[in-house]
Amino acid sequence: MTPIYLDYLSANPLLPEVQEAMIGAIRKNLGNPSSQHQLGDQAAEALEKARGQVACLLNCANPKEIVFTSGGTEAINQAIKGVALANRGKGNHLVTSNIEHNAVLRTLRRLRMLDYKVSSVSVDSSGRVDPAEVAKAITPQTILVTIMHSNNEIGTIQPIEEIARITREKNVPFHTDAVTSVGVVPVDVQKLDVDLLSFSANQFYGPAGVGGLYVKQATTLWPLLDGGVQEYNKRAGTENLIGIIGMGAAAELAVQQMEARVKRLLVLKSRLIQGLKDSVEEIFINGHPELSLPNLVSVSIKYIEGEGIVLMLDEEKIYVSTRSACAAGALQASHVLLAIGRDFADSQGTLVLTFGQETTEADIDRFLAVLKNVVQALREMSPLYKKK
Amino acid sequence: MYSATVMDHFKSPRNVGEIEDANGIGEVGNPLCGDMMTIFLKVKEDRIDDIKFKTFGCGAAIAVSSMLTEMAKGKSLEEARKITNKDVAEALEGLPKNKLHCSNLGADALQKAIKNYEDRKAGKAAPEPKRVEFPIISHAHSHGEKCYCPYCNVEVAEAEGVCKSCGHTLPPVPPA
Repeated sequence: MTPIYLDYLSANPLLPEVQEAMIGAIRKNLGNPSSQHQLGDQAAEALEKARGQVACLLNCANPKEIVFTSGGTEAINQAIKGVALANRGKGNHLVTSNIEHNAVLRTLRRLRMLDYKVSSVSVDSSGRVDPAEVAKAITPQTILVTIMHSNNEIGTIQPIEEIARITREKNVPFHTDAVTSVGVVPVDVQKLDVDLLSFSANQFYGPAGVGGLYVKQATTLWPLLDGGVQEYNKRAGTENLIGIIGMGAAAELAVQQMEARVKRLLVLKSRLIQGLKDSVEEIFINGHPELSLPNLVSVSIKYIEGEGIVLMLDEEKIYVSTRSACAAGALQASHVLLAIGRDFADSQGTLVLTFGQETTEADIDRFLAVLKNVVQALREMSPLYKKK
Repeated sequence: MYSATVMDHFKSPRNVGEIEDANGIGEVGNPLCGDMMTIFLKVKEDRIDDIKFKTFGCGAAIAVSSMLTEMAKGKSLEEARKITNKDVAEALEGLPKNKLHCSNLGADALQKAIKNYEDRKAGKAAPEPKRVEFPIISHAHSHGEKCYCPYCNVEVAEAEGVCKSCGHTLPPVPPA
């Protein structure tokens, strides 16, 4: 039985070209980009090549605006805390949405422990933020707006361009957490006109533990890490060059293949959604029907709980994620599902299915066939399920 | 994550279903809290002649239900009353720390079912367990008398309207 992997959001496999680039770098002993000698020059060259590749993926005209980080979480922390600390003299108010990733929500919670205030804008039932609500939330004290580009649980893509027009007009810096978007769908920092944008290599077949932050020139922020003068003084510490080279290679492939990938993913996505509707009764497909990621389907299955589904699928070597509270370490219901109006019970039976390069239509079909039986078995056990 | 015994009981749960002419029913939890368990008893001459369960919950909750029914089956009410949450968790070779509450659910449901049987025998019980209407809109849900924020699960004072831990506005509690 060949395993079926529908958990790309948790981890992407490294593409062969990415592996080669990284292994090449490991074998070469590149040295430290900050060193004054020739080996250091070579390392600096490799670093700047990767920066160029990543800049190209974001259509960023000035590669110096890319800061490499240890991943999406660091980039997000850097953006929010960096701007909040640097601009404390101007104000203490931040605006966000109620479906952000924990990297954003918990960073803001931390700031609240100082004397920062946060306003949270609600989303509609498809998970979209209304830009007018963001405009209303901005006060003279506002020093940052942070709204995610796409949601990691339901896939909905936000009207970032429209929000950026508002923040630009009001002269408030705007950060977008684009971790689940960059390398998956086109993300163009010039078109979006945001001030800060976070991303992670592992969402586009690069290595985990590497990511970055786009920082538009003239944005004021404090570094999270103080030390050396790496990353144009924005992030101290010797660069993870091997990882960064891997991300550069992955970015270049993403640029070349983006269109074809999206086209292919959309075929898989519609097959999966149609298949779910055909094979399982009483389900909800979460997220916006069109304005959403092509590689993600979120489905709430009534009367049953997600961890049970995951364990039963695991027996069949089918790997998926759930948003059930029981499966979360902290036993919390998903704030995203509650925000779009699912009740606790329905959010319990929610799967997040993410797919990619190696997923085939046959995988989708076998998953659907197995899922149908798993759902039936669990519903037979559920006191909430009444046969029609 | 789970012991082999938990996985065995989860994968092939024993005694799933309902007993149509049950003379003792116990239901605990509610879907808002994440799990819900119903135990059906057929008691004959103060002995558990048959026992079945229905559970909405995670792998641990299902395994607990299954193990509990195995332990209680054939026992006298006297003996069954002595089954504790700890006994069930031990018989399952342990549960992850954050799943221990699932085992509480199991023994509680059994005790409730036994009480229901005795109440019926004494002629004072409603035959049907009280069921929470489904679905229920989300609100700060109560575990006993305490109220918890639905976003971060930290205990909150409902009157304040805002969770002090995560800053979310608390949704209103629907009328009972």
